[in-house]
Amino acid sequence: MGLSTKNKEILLGPLSKNNPVIIQMLGICSALAVTSKLEPSIVMAVSVTAVVAFANVIISLLRNTIPARIRIIVQLVVVAALVTIVSEVLKAFAFDVNKQLSVFVGLIITNCILMGRLEAFALGNGPWESFLDGLGNGLGYGIILVIIGFFRELLGSGTLLGFQVIPDVFYQWGYVNNGLMILPPMALIVVAVIIWVHRSRNKDLQEN
Amino acid sequence: MNRDSNIYTILYASIMVVLVAVVLAFTSQSLRSYQQENEENDKRQQILRSINVQVPANEAKAKYNELIKDAFIVNEQGERIEGDAFAADAAKAFEQHAYPVFIAQADGQTKYIMTLSGSGLWGPLWGYISVNDDRNTIYGADFSHSGETPGLGAEIVLPSFSGQFAGKHLFVNGEFKSVEIVKPGKSVAGQDYVDGISGGTITSQGVNRMIFDSLSGYVHFLTSQNQ
Repeated sequence: MGLSTKNKEILLGPLSKNNPVIIQMLGICSALAVTSKLEPSIVMAVSVTAVVAFANVIISLLRNTIPARIRIIVQLVVVAALVTIVSEVLKAFAFDVNKQLSVFVGLIITNCILMGRLEAFALGNGPWESFLDGLGNGLGYGIILVIIGFFRELLGSGTLLGFQVIPDVFYQWGYVNNGLMILPPMALIVVAVIIWVHRSRNKDLQEN
Repeated sequence: MNRDSNIYTILYASIMVVLVAVVLAFTSQSLRSYQQENEENDKRQQILRSINVQVPANEAKAKYNELIKDAFIVNEQGERIEGDAFAADAAKAFEQHAYPVFIAQADGQTKYIMTLSGSGLWGPLWGYISVNDDRNTIYGADFSHSGETPGLGAEIVLPSFSGQFAGKHLFVNGEFKSVEIVKPGKSVAGQDYVDGISGGTITSQGVNRMIFDSLSGYVHFLTSQNQ
């Protein structure tokens, strides 16, 4: 691809070393709420990626006109408008997905990653870089969501994307789904395990 | 122009708000007809699921027109009153003591479909329940919610939950008892019951209340044999 080294870093950094969830600890609340099943996790990941990428571009284009004193309000209005449009479009053309996500679409507005990227990156960089940054951070968030959703649905319900993957034989032998995995606190524990694995593989991230 | 001046800030905010409002209004208006069609087909699918018919959204309309023979509204005395049963919003209709009824033809028999409306843990619940022509034995049921917890309360939409209702009786010795939703493994004497959702207690109780409250309005309709 024709991306410069700097742009590659902007796009790929958030996937691992600069991940919004497991390094910056942003967006934990939604990682906790939507991940009891894999499907909503994936849809949420895609929606957040789309919203953060486009919000970044819009704010980046406006960055030289936004009055400093109301910049947070401007960011919020842009994000809220985008989320509303996404929700309306989903209702018109992907009604089932919209039903799946129900309240979570609205909750995208409150995702700290959005405000964080707008404030930290889009206000000081051009539209193309901002787009890559939004894409990278959305995907970085999405990867974590999908990993959590995978383990919670597998261990909590014995299914993946609604299909049963743990054979009936296991249940006859006395295997029981772990109902605890479906409850929100287990999402935090899964996040913690991911952080643990990630940091033991990347020694430079460990604090003393 | 000075970007820190009050006038600039106020002008910027006003123009932005108006622009965003126009964009949103335009989006909403231009997508309205698609959304309405989706909602109506979704409703048809729900009604059809309550008589154990599963169809994809794009076939819902044809199947609905084929199977649903009549739709009307009754009052608490079980008498027909004016109104459009399909367009009626169940929660609002119940407040005015209007109860939508759909009459379906399934398996060569007449089924009566009744509307349910109640509340769960996070928001409204609704659904449809159908009875055989004895107006007592449940033929099928379907439940929907707007925001119950995925993996817990949201499981009420699954056939594994709603399927339990088939064959249960609403009346015992002529008295309306509804169908009780109990903790899995528990039982109740004197009436029919089904298992609730483990970990979704509040939602299960909501469904329980919804069935009792909603069907209470239909008691006269169900017991009068002259309809």
